[in-house]
Amino acid sequence: MASATVAVGHGADHGHEEHETNYGMSNNKMAMWLFLSSDCLLFGALISTFLLYRTNISDGTVFTEPADVFDIPFTSLSSFVLLMSSLTMVLALSAVKRGDERNGRIWLLTTAFLGMVFIGGQVYEFTIFSAEGLQYSTNTWTSAFFTLTGFHGVHVSVGILLLMGTVFGTRNSGLGKEKSEAVELVGLYWHFVDIVWVIIFTVIYLIPIG
Amino acid sequence: MAIIDRPLAIGAGDDAVETVDRPLGSITRPQESGTWRDWLTTVDHKKIGIMYGAAAMFFFVIGGAEALLIRLQLATPNGTLLSPEVYNQVFTMHGVTMIFLVAMPMGAAFANYLLPLQIGARDVAFPRLNALSFWVFLFGGLFLNSAWLLGGGADGGWFNYAPNSTVTFSPSHGIDFYALGLQITGVASLVGAINLITTVLNMRPKGMTLMRMPIFTWMNLVVQFLLLFAVPVISVALFELTFDRLFDANFFNTEAGADPLLWQHLFWIFGHPEVYILILPSFGIVSEVIPVFSRKPIFGYSFMVASGVAIGFMGWGVWAHHMFVSGIGPISVAAFSLSTMFIAVPTGVKILNWLATIWGGKLRFNTAMLFAVGVVSMFTIGGLSGVTHSIAPADTQQTDTYYIVAHFHYVIFGGTLLGFFSGFYFWWPKMFGYKLNEKLGKTNFWLQIVGFNVTFGPMHILGLQGMSRRIDTYDAGFGFEFWNLVATVGAFIIALGIAFFFVNVAVSRRQWIAAGKPNPGPDPWDARSLEWMTASPTPIHNFDEEITVDAPDEFWHRKYGYDTEGNVVRKATAEEVAQDGSNTNVHLPSPSYFPILLALSMPIISYGLIYSLWLCIPGGMLLVYSMVGWIFEHPDDPNAAHDDHGHDDHGDAPDELAAGDDEGELVGVGAGAPETEATNG
Repeated sequence: MASATVAVGHGADHGHEEHETNYGMSNNKMAMWLFLSSDCLLFGALISTFLLYRTNISDGTVFTEPADVFDIPFTSLSSFVLLMSSLTMVLALSAVKRGDERNGRIWLLTTAFLGMVFIGGQVYEFTIFSAEGLQYSTNTWTSAFFTLTGFHGVHVSVGILLLMGTVFGTRNSGLGKEKSEAVELVGLYWHFVDIVWVIIFTVIYLIPIG
Repeated sequence: MAIIDRPLAIGAGDDAVETVDRPLGSITRPQESGTWRDWLTTVDHKKIGIMYGAAAMFFFVIGGAEALLIRLQLATPNGTLLSPEVYNQVFTMHGVTMIFLVAMPMGAAFANYLLPLQIGARDVAFPRLNALSFWVFLFGGLFLNSAWLLGGGADGGWFNYAPNSTVTFSPSHGIDFYALGLQITGVASLVGAINLITTVLNMRPKGMTLMRMPIFTWMNLVVQFLLLFAVPVISVALFELTFDRLFDANFFNTEAGADPLLWQHLFWIFGHPEVYILILPSFGIVSEVIPVFSRKPIFGYSFMVASGVAIGFMGWGVWAHHMFVSGIGPISVAAFSLSTMFIAVPTGVKILNWLATIWGGKLRFNTAMLFAVGVVSMFTIGGLSGVTHSIAPADTQQTDTYYIVAHFHYVIFGGTLLGFFSGFYFWWPKMFGYKLNEKLGKTNFWLQIVGFNVTFGPMHILGLQGMSRRIDTYDAGFGFEFWNLVATVGAFIIALGIAFFFVNVAVSRRQWIAAGKPNPGPDPWDARSLEWMTASPTPIHNFDEEITVDAPDEFWHRKYGYDTEGNVVRKATAEEVAQDGSNTNVHLPSPSYFPILLALSMPIISYGLIYSLWLCIPGGMLLVYSMVGWIFEHPDDPNAAHDDHGHDDHGDAPDELAAGDDEGELVGVGAGAPETEATNG
């Protein structure tokens, strides 16, 4: 009896804009904005911690300059990939809004794929850093670095799951125009995670440790 | 979305022939049947509110027992009841329990029960998330307290300063339980905040503008915003502490150059807004109770709202006044000293407005009013001793003495807790259908307020004499003996007062049953806001039909008007105005197993993190399973609504079941739901 419609994002599916709320924004969209505003402070606190330990790169015995292990061109490339995934996310939403289900799915999957490329890059980078002697317990800098980037990586991974869920959870019910808000909510989350990465990338990689 | 004109989900279970909805083919959807099982799967904001209250009372008894142990230990010099190690655990768990497992969830209990009613909505925006909040809080609280059985509770004080709380200084698992347990209850607060803010902002009926909302709703809206932004900060602090303790990170490892002030800043950026999270619900309750029993509208409504919002903003700029002696430098001290003095202004405005509301009113001093007046007077004392802390030189003398203990008990016990008791006596008939006994209630009040002052008043003196807080005992001859003994006597008077509350509940309930369950009517206090405009106890669907609001205190304006000379005259009785709850033709969200299952996975994962990562696997599987099941389950049971689905909807959405009913949301009564001829008895 359960219709196969699948709810994505925050547990509910929304293509249902005819009933008005007080501010004309659906409950789900408001909840997503509230969640993201809360998440700002999560990353705010993590970034603050990193800034506090940004120059604290010695554990007393081993001295490894993070700048020596950073591969800025590599990380720039994976950042570029993540930023491009915001573009494909916009294209996905636009396709779904037009009722172009096929392209909507393609762009959603592309977005998820680009996200996976980014995560792959992060895993590769973590492995290299670890091999070079920058491990989680090495000093305060490494703890702050791995925690901040790790939390971001978890956010991207959750976003990938949301994207995949949107694509594969709607196989039976279709991904028509009425689902565009669900896609939009995933998009809001995805863009948020991208914007946070711009800040993290700047703070960690681009500002020299002086 | 059709929320009107459909059969109730409740009662639908009587139809044994109905097919059952099996999301993922695994768990049969629960059908409400009137047994205790309903409470495990309910998504009704009223049941969830009552469960929040009951759970908070349970933890209140635990925290109270811990308080009595502390007072027994300190009653005489060189007490030997508790060893220093156990004493550390007892005062830590007392504070953590009272703040995170009593005061916060009790605020959530009132908010859950009352916010939808006060704005005239059917339920909260996300009923299943609401159930999730409650179960996550309950399991988090049980997890935290399970430390007692597994080697001892946390012992770092409620604010648990790192690096003092790292493995080096606290090798037992107590602080792991603290960090993970508060992480779990933080999830509950965050989910609840998102849910309640969405409810208040989105689901008000016609005419209920923001500036017509009751003050209680306003104060809770501010609280939920504070939670929304404060919880992630302590989450980060707790994550860092957990990672330090379990995975050898170095956030608080001073040997590796960590900054010992990091924890203090993160904790208090959360911790000071937390103070307002604790007090504002009580301010809201008092602002409802005092006008009703003074027979006057609240004095300066917009000023009350504005001062609450101002507290919400300014609460973010005062955190470092908890750190005046930690060496943050003269500029920081001066700045935070000033901002702390400023935040007394909006709080003072509230006190003056309550007094002006009482002034010239026709007062009725029943128990709810007594407790409300108790809040105004006791909180003023606590507020004034708080202002003395803003003066940094004086604070330097007071830091970590019993003066601080006296201060925060005057605001949290004298402000928050007395406010909750006022709320109990005020809303009890609305929640349970019978009034609490006034005579026992007044005994409860006087014992509590006298015991409270006898306990915490002397602590001001002890603190100024130099007695340190958190000290497990003291020698004779320092002048501490007398007032400590007095405080211990006072603590037992409080306990007696609280016992009278429980006795009152039992006695009142028995009298009510013996008298054949007379109904107190929708409006036993001649009250002013919308929750009194429906039957008592509140019917499961809250309101029979949408209420259109024309003024603040809408219900009062429907009962009273003015004659040509401007005198107040009664236009109608409460029974004529109120809805009788007879409309059974309301579609409600269906119960679900997944909130409780999802919540259950969190303590399992947490035990796994502490004891064996293998345990995280079943915990994680339960987490994923219940999330997926949640997503695939219709918030509205298609079966429960299906008996006469053919004609229950309003032709404009023929494919509604597929397109819209799978939403987790309820829209405010009538906000878009076409009104039917559902009648008001």
